[in-house]
Amino acid sequence: MADNTNSKDVNPFQKQKNKEEMQKQLITFALMIVFTIIAFVVVAAGVMDSMFVIPILLILAVVQVGFQFYYFMHLKDKGHDMPAVMIYGGIWAALLTLAGLGVITWW
Amino acid sequence: MSTAASQKRGFGTVLWDYLTTVDHKKIAHLYLFGGGFFFLLGGLEALAIRIQLLQPENDFVSAGFYNEILTMHGTTMIFLAAMPLIFAIMNAVVPLQIGARDVAFPFLNSLGFWLFLFGGLLLNCSWFLGGAPDAGWTGYVPLSITSPGHGVDFYVMGLQIAGAGTLIGGINFLATIVTMRAPGMTYMRMPLFSWTTFITSILILFAFPALTVGLFLLMFDRMFGSAFFDVGLGGNAIIWQHLFWIFGHPEVYILILPLFGVFSEVISTFSKKRLFGYTAMVFATILIAFLGFMVWAHHMFAVGLGPVANSIFSLATMAIAVPTGIKIFNWLATMWGGRITINSAMLWTLGFIPTFTIGGMTGVMVASVVADYQYHDSYFVVAHFHYVIVGGTVFGIFAALHYWWPKMFGRVLNEAMGKLTFWTFFIGFHLTFFIQHFLGLMGMPRRYWTYLEGQQLDLGNQISTVGAFFMAFGVIVFVINAIYTAVKGEKAADDPWDGRTLEWSIASPPAHYNFKQMPLVRGLDALWIEKMEGKGRLTPAEPLGDIHMPNSSFLPFMMSLGLFIAGLGFIYQVNYNWAYILLFGGMAIMLGSMLARSLKDDHGYHIPKDELEREVD
Repeated sequence: MADNTNSKDVNPFQKQKNKEEMQKQLITFALMIVFTIIAFVVVAAGVMDSMFVIPILLILAVVQVGFQFYYFMHLKDKGHDMPAVMIYGGIWAALLTLAGLGVITWW
Repeated sequence: MSTAASQKRGFGTVLWDYLTTVDHKKIAHLYLFGGGFFFLLGGLEALAIRIQLLQPENDFVSAGFYNEILTMHGTTMIFLAAMPLIFAIMNAVVPLQIGARDVAFPFLNSLGFWLFLFGGLLLNCSWFLGGAPDAGWTGYVPLSITSPGHGVDFYVMGLQIAGAGTLIGGINFLATIVTMRAPGMTYMRMPLFSWTTFITSILILFAFPALTVGLFLLMFDRMFGSAFFDVGLGGNAIIWQHLFWIFGHPEVYILILPLFGVFSEVISTFSKKRLFGYTAMVFATILIAFLGFMVWAHHMFAVGLGPVANSIFSLATMAIAVPTGIKIFNWLATMWGGRITINSAMLWTLGFIPTFTIGGMTGVMVASVVADYQYHDSYFVVAHFHYVIVGGTVFGIFAALHYWWPKMFGRVLNEAMGKLTFWTFFIGFHLTFFIQHFLGLMGMPRRYWTYLEGQQLDLGNQISTVGAFFMAFGVIVFVINAIYTAVKGEKAADDPWDGRTLEWSIASPPAHYNFKQMPLVRGLDALWIEKMEGKGRLTPAEPLGDIHMPNSSFLPFMMSLGLFIAGLGFIYQVNYNWAYILLFGGMAIMLGSMLARSLKDDHGYHIPKDELEREVD
């Protein structure tokens, strides 16, 4: 890992990989902006019932969080097992808490 | 450079060195002194409480001041004494145990310490600025919302700043343990103290944000006129209790798990045996951490959550007794048939086992909802949590200090004084708190500043107060011991206890780069394996080369100072406009320091290979 820190002499293979990586980043970035626009349009247009709007917004949000984790935070790359464990652990702890509070409030 | 460290240096040089250091070993010293100072302060507050309760209708302190002392005793002991002392041990030991030259983020390590110190100082400034917080260490609303004066504001800002430091420290240890283990040290070869530090750091990472959020809401309510907790304006007072205990329950595991690791190391070393059931110990720790996140509402049985919620949380709580029991039996089995040496560190450990087991047993008692309605808010609960926190955490800190003092300071603590500390503290502890179980069962409510005559509470309280003075005596002896050792204690050998783990394979105290060459780890108890099957010392995993070291920096101190000043500004902007100068000035200092850190590249420095070669082995 430490050998790759010098950016001046990148070998062609690495260069190709960097290029592909940048493409993926840009595509993801564009998709995220599109998703955000969709979210705003869906609400602003007011054509749909809130029963449909809310699940759509939630799905869009989950997909964006996934993009954030897997593309921008590199969870898709090798050697990210421990960060993945941590992130899923954190999600689990948060879900438990929310479930607990939900059960207490509405049971 | 490193060999010149033995030369006499001026006081100013040493002070500047400690103010700017990013070396984990020196930050461990800082945490120890800072945490030790607040431990003594919290102890004084405890003595004041016990003197006040010595006889019925005593008026040693006024009722209002008693509330302040009570609140500050809890807050100080949990956030400003126990946590930093644990961080002291982690900083001193973990990088050495996993074979690293420093933590992953040395700069952040220093920042974490200074944030804790300035947070603690801010909290304690309240004594001189119109009264300390008086709403209990849990700061329950609506009491903490309606509490007059600025006491609770100091609680909010002080804990917010100190909490940020803790969060930084936890993340730092996570990154260190994930990325910086020596070659060959797989997760299942990590010493148990490193494991428990790892799990504790996970708990810190997931639990502290709940406190941060809760404190922010309280801050907005008190200082900026919001109404998150104001029922009259549509808020909800119970949310504070949920947020506080979603943090607060993992917090008690943050306080105890690292010490479980310490006891595992101490028992294994002084029984001359590999830890019994190492794998079970690791998974028991993970299980405790996992369960620790779904039991918070057992602090709220009397709130009225309903029978279903209470039952679920009651069951989950009792489940924690299982992995804890696994640990207790594993420690006993480690000692079984071992060649046991009993010294101060081992005495604290042996004292811990029955004490903590009593605390665990009363824990299961209060976990039962029906019984808890009787115990709730009585001295029974006070006795319970002092048995687990003092019997577990404080005993563990003392064990760790006796065990690792040679590695931290290069001197061995005096054994005779160590034993005197243990016996007086141990007897004093049980005198103070055992009787409180019965005081609680007899109906003495906690947090009250006095009680009436003729209720059979007199004798129990007198015994309790006598015990508190025994504990104080023990602590004073320990302080004398530390000073005596620093002045004329015996110089420690590199490996005074015939240790088993990596930290005993290097000098006491270690060179500032810890390991000249990364060691090759061949199994659990790496040094012991080499002692039994190898040359008695660790095989290097790399050729001798330049060592990359981080530069010292004064910026962490400045950032924390900025937040301290801004904290005062936040508190006083409610009354005075000039406080905005403090607020913006402090923020400017902090943000300016952050900007300086971001813009100026700091690549550290290298210790050249030939200098390392010149040093005698």
